[in-house]
Amino acid sequence: MSTIQTEAAVYSAVQSVVGSLHMAHTEWKDAPGLPDFSLLKRLARDQLIFLLEQLPGKKDLFIDADLMSPLDRIANVTILKQHEVDKLYKVELKPIVSSSDQLCFLIRPRIQTVKWISDLVNADKVAGRFRRYKIIFTPQKFYACETVLEEQGVYGDVTTDEWNFYILPLDDDILSLELPEFFRDNFLEGDQRWVTTAGSALRLLQSVYGSFSKVYGIGRCAKMVYESWRELMEDGEQRTRQPEFAKVFLVDRDVDFVTPLCSQVVYEGLVDDLFRIKCGSVEFGPDVTSSDKSIKVMLNSQDKVFSEIRNEHFSNVFGFLSQKAKNLQTAYDKRRGMDIQQMKAFVADELKGLKQEHRLLSLHIGASESMMKKKTKQDFQELLKTEHSLLEGFEIRECITYIEEHINRQVSMIDSLRLLCLLSITENGLLSKDYRSLKAQYLQSYGIEHLLTFANLRQLGLLEEQQAGETLTVMESKVGKLVNDKTVGKLTDAFSSLAKKSNFRALSKRLALVPKSGEEYDLRVPRDMAYVFSGAYIPLSCKLIEQVLERDGWTGMEEVTRMLNGQEFAVTGGSSSSEARSKTDAQRIVLVMFLGGCTFSEISALRFLGKERGCRFIVVTTAITNSSRLLEALLDNSA
Amino acid sequence: MAFVTANWNPLGESFYRKIELYEMGWNLKDGLRDCLVAAAPYGGPIALLKAHNRRSPSARPQLEIFSSSGLPLASFPWKSGMVKQLGWTVSDDLLCVQEDGTVLVYDLLGGFKRHFSMGNEVSQSQVLETKIFHSPYGTGVAILTGALRFTLATNIDDIKLRRLPEVPGLQGAPSCWAVLTQDRQSKVLVASGPHLFILDNTACTPVTPPGLSPQASSIVHMCVSFSYKYLALLTDSGHVWMGTSNLKEKLSEVDTKIKGSPKQMAWCRRPKSQQPSAVVMWDGLLLVVGECKETIQYHLEDDSILVPELDGVRIISGTHHELLQEVPGACEEIFKIASMAPGALLLEAHKEYEKESQKADEYLREIKEQSLLSEAVRQCVEAAGHEHEPETQKTLLRAASFGKCFLSNFPPEQFVSMCKDLRVLNAVRDYTVGIPLSHTQFKQMTLQVLIDRLVYRKLYLLAIEVCRYLKTPEYQGVSRVLKHWACYKVQQKEESDEVIAKAVSVKLADAAGISYSEIATKAYESGRTELAIKLLEFEPRSGEQVPLLLKMKKSPLALSKAIESGDTDLVYTVVMYLKNELNRGDFFMMLRNQPVALSLYKQFCKHQEQETLKDLFNQDDDHEELGNFYVKASYKEQRLEARIAHLQSAVDEYYKAKNEFSAKTTEDEMRLLRFQRKLEEEKDEQLVGFSLQDTMTTLLSVGLHKHAEQLYKDFRMPDKRFWWLKLKALAEKEDWEELEKFSKSKKSPIGYLPFVEVCIKHHNKCEARKYVAKVSPEQKVKAHLAVGDVEGAAEAAIERRNESEISTVLSRCSATTDHLLVERLNRAKATVPKKGSSITFTDGTLQSRRLLQEQRSERKRGYKLKRSCRP
Repeated sequence: MSTIQTEAAVYSAVQSVVGSLHMAHTEWKDAPGLPDFSLLKRLARDQLIFLLEQLPGKKDLFIDADLMSPLDRIANVTILKQHEVDKLYKVELKPIVSSSDQLCFLIRPRIQTVKWISDLVNADKVAGRFRRYKIIFTPQKFYACETVLEEQGVYGDVTTDEWNFYILPLDDDILSLELPEFFRDNFLEGDQRWVTTAGSALRLLQSVYGSFSKVYGIGRCAKMVYESWRELMEDGEQRTRQPEFAKVFLVDRDVDFVTPLCSQVVYEGLVDDLFRIKCGSVEFGPDVTSSDKSIKVMLNSQDKVFSEIRNEHFSNVFGFLSQKAKNLQTAYDKRRGMDIQQMKAFVADELKGLKQEHRLLSLHIGASESMMKKKTKQDFQELLKTEHSLLEGFEIRECITYIEEHINRQVSMIDSLRLLCLLSITENGLLSKDYRSLKAQYLQSYGIEHLLTFANLRQLGLLEEQQAGETLTVMESKVGKLVNDKTVGKLTDAFSSLAKKSNFRALSKRLALVPKSGEEYDLRVPRDMAYVFSGAYIPLSCKLIEQVLERDGWTGMEEVTRMLNGQEFAVTGGSSSSEARSKTDAQRIVLVMFLGGCTFSEISALRFLGKERGCRFIVVTTAITNSSRLLEALLDNSA
Repeated sequence: MAFVTANWNPLGESFYRKIELYEMGWNLKDGLRDCLVAAAPYGGPIALLKAHNRRSPSARPQLEIFSSSGLPLASFPWKSGMVKQLGWTVSDDLLCVQEDGTVLVYDLLGGFKRHFSMGNEVSQSQVLETKIFHSPYGTGVAILTGALRFTLATNIDDIKLRRLPEVPGLQGAPSCWAVLTQDRQSKVLVASGPHLFILDNTACTPVTPPGLSPQASSIVHMCVSFSYKYLALLTDSGHVWMGTSNLKEKLSEVDTKIKGSPKQMAWCRRPKSQQPSAVVMWDGLLLVVGECKETIQYHLEDDSILVPELDGVRIISGTHHELLQEVPGACEEIFKIASMAPGALLLEAHKEYEKESQKADEYLREIKEQSLLSEAVRQCVEAAGHEHEPETQKTLLRAASFGKCFLSNFPPEQFVSMCKDLRVLNAVRDYTVGIPLSHTQFKQMTLQVLIDRLVYRKLYLLAIEVCRYLKTPEYQGVSRVLKHWACYKVQQKEESDEVIAKAVSVKLADAAGISYSEIATKAYESGRTELAIKLLEFEPRSGEQVPLLLKMKKSPLALSKAIESGDTDLVYTVVMYLKNELNRGDFFMMLRNQPVALSLYKQFCKHQEQETLKDLFNQDDDHEELGNFYVKASYKEQRLEARIAHLQSAVDEYYKAKNEFSAKTTEDEMRLLRFQRKLEEEKDEQLVGFSLQDTMTTLLSVGLHKHAEQLYKDFRMPDKRFWWLKLKALAEKEDWEELEKFSKSKKSPIGYLPFVEVCIKHHNKCEARKYVAKVSPEQKVKAHLAVGDVEGAAEAAIERRNESEISTVLSRCSATTDHLLVERLNRAKATVPKKGSSITFTDGTLQSRRLLQEQRSERKRGYKLKRSCRP
């Protein structure tokens, strides 16, 4: 250990001498420092400014609603105004009122939005109004969008550009692509257009922070992303730099659906489930702030109070907060018995910090209280108990009865659906009888439009009827008839992932995901990643990462990968020559990319794992997700 | 070495020399008489159109293209209209400007490329005069029309015609005019009698050259220097005025004493030259004028033309090709008679050294004493670059090399690169290649362009050799040449596809950065589709293959290539293309075989073309999806009838898909909708569109129990659900009597704990107690606790000997008041057999709850503190 430390010290010394952008991290004694991701923000900002300058003069800027928060983190209103943005509007797909002669649209490449812009342009034409239009697509433009412009006859009237804003650093160790639609598009609709985006994001990280020595992955999409990334690497020039990450792990969301479907009980996850963290910040309502207005708070490692409780099981949070409050009291108490001079120094140096801490503390206490109110109800206890039973696989009948009651009482549309899915995945599908009756009851409660939701859930393998392997073979023979070239392999893979069986029970046994019941689990001193689910379940995704990193590959896990429908890979990167193997800090940083979203619980689990193993994980995700977001993406009630 | 200076002529301070470049290889009967001639700068090709102004339609003049050495490159009869002017573009294309303003573009080897027009106005009033000019923006064409107006295009590759303003008082054709490039704009300078005007985009400005001699009554000729910086004017009095082209400064004025109109006039100066000088040509006479009164006169035997260059003027006649230039400084220093410049001494030293004479040492010593040896070497190297004769070059370089031996630390780069450059230059100056480039021109033109020029002449081997010799990066050098070669190769009709494909792949195999798709495009353009497909196979990037495949109408192949590439955008491109190209049936069939493309197209249709989506499902007989489609369509309908019609279609499709469940459910929905409508009409309650449960809730809440019962029966609603619903509805109305009646109507399928809880929820403990007794034993503890009866709960828990239940009760006891009870419970707990309990969350929350209470008081203190802290 000591050698590692000294070497690390030398390395960081060298780094600071050469003026690198490393941040000093003193959080854990042995933890490697993380690269400075604010560089990515600066890059994105500079490019955006450049693009805005391309349309000189005053202009009105229309921004896609879901780009507003990310944009705010990159360039605030003042910066936009500096570059002659006159007024800011949200894209609402309605006719606009703008008197400006120049309109700039900052949008995701969606057909609907482009159609709306075309209509605007055409309306202006009819009205004989001349304006200049510029569409900035982010992170990239798609051909389909240009086709729409062409079909609507406005291709020549607008200029288009790309803002390659691939990655938003949400925190020191969380990078997000902010593409929630990735999940639905890729896994449900079979539209792989975002694959190249994910590849480009990795390419960006690589070009800014150096190459990787080893890449692991599992899942069809992960494989495609890797391929696309590799192609991009081959196209571009090779830069040999000291890598800042050792390893990369790519994982598809559909490898593990169980984890995001469970109720989160770690503080950050719970805040997300209850208040919905949006782009790293949350709006606490009046019930939390104990005043009559809402307060928006950034939740990241800058918040000293939050950073200490975010990974804690909720039951520990109050203990911590009260301790913190006591410390604060002591700090204030120092003031007693001070003379004037000391008091002056105290007010100048410490008071501000203390007040800040005080403010945050009271906010988090408020949030916890509000959570308590909601979560300590009998209902929530029962809900957790049911979830745990499902994960463990006992008293399934009781669970079904509970779910039935849940549906009948219309407790919550999403929660009912979540339990149904959890039941189906853990049990490898429902018995026909249960499947029909539960579905019928659900439709009675929430309306027939959910027929479509069920169709979607079935397609993803989230909610299925048990039938002995029939679906798969039928599909395969159908495909076999249609295609006879080399794409057949790819297609079979595609279908097998669509009609796959979850095999959760077997996986859970093999990977020991569910600890033996009966043992007491002290949540204050977690012994494994299961603590993020009250000691009842170790997230499958995180367990896979742990196992693969431990084995340095997939060897010995053949059984597991077979149950996960294969598609695993492990590649040694080009630059991992022997000298790169040196034990630098970088070798202990692992980049994990979740394709289709990841939950705060998983991030917490990985942070725990990192602490145990003396390494750091950086999570790159297409978006932060949780059970509600995951299921809402699959609803089809666009009425 | 007297012979070097044999062709030198002094003019003022400096010397001029005329070097013979080539004896022309062409065999012209009448020389250049009656010919339209155009020679490209930088030693470019020469175009010749004989007897161009004979108007008889039967005589077709011959258009011939030669290299600078007079070797034929192309020849073909001119079949189009009257040619007014020939000219070359910067990329060695030939421009032929016709009388009607049409410009025809040919490549160097006579292949027709394209044509463009200089506008209606020009074609109506016909071309009077034309000038072709080069600027940083490319090659431009300026035309003086019969209407005495100027039309101008600055770059023929991006034609933007500009009609310049009228020249006031212009009666007939101006005596002379020229195109200037100033302030990033092309302007025309026109002389009309004694007046000079500058025409730009907006205005016609009269100008006067400073210090023009007063004898002149009109300007008969003018020329602009190669760099557009200088202007020379020839007046009818025979004076040549030289100055800057912005007409701000006069450089000199010389009287030629010849009053006739000259045939041509050109600037003869080079960068860093010592004096401004121009060359004026009359019939049989060539005159060089500079700053001094004297002139140099050359006699011309033959009709000639002048080709201005960066560093001199080339003179092409029927038999010879010569270069006239000011002798470069380094050459003058070295070769001037009795020169004592270090370079001259070094050359002398080397000569003596070769003769093995000790004088060599003396010369060397002399240079070294002045410590000018490195200067001497530099002079020799530079002079070598300006000499055309390889022998002279060698002598100078040897001398330089000799001098270098006596120098330590002399950087070798200049010497080495000069040797390399000269080798390349000598190779291209060779008679068979015929590009008489000077070193100065070569440096200005860059190697890249030279390679291009060689490629245009199809001198691939030489081009590759040059690249290899100069070690040009493969990507810019060899690969580029090979690509051009391959593009040419694929156009050779006589060879079979296989042979060509093989030859191309063998030659290009290991070259970096080759774009096979470009070569394939060429093959396709020359009508060899099969070959193009073969070549595309070599292209590693699918993205590059697809567009060409589409162009060749190989859409199935394009589609599968696009899918293989994994690039969704590319797939879209192909799909959209096919959609417009094929008829609907074929298009769908093709998609059917490509599921990836199909799913993408469906995505597109979802947003853009709902109806197409339906057709797609129809074609696949995908009844399930069709059913879903109709269900979705039904929500979009406002009118009930339409909604039901859609749902009916959905039902039909679901039946076809053998999905009875969905069909039945949809039928139920239709029934429900009708029921809701009926009730809405009767009872005036908003109901349509509600789910069954919501409908029921509404009915119960407004007291329509009968209708609710009917729904319950009609839709086979589970008993449990009905009980929950009714329970909730009654409690909501606080109709406790009805609730009790309901509880007794039959045995509750949901147990009685919900009754207790619902009463508590509405703060009616009294009612709640009524039901506690009915609660099943498993839930008794909870029920007791719910009504706040700790003792009852304890009783029940102890009876059931259940550890976790006892613990729950314990947690509700307060240590002070329920002392006895706690003891009892603890005792009972001890006797209970151990059974695992894993609901740790409860414990955790309980603890936190206690902490919460602490915290609250803590917080209150905190607030007080805050107040007291205020300064």
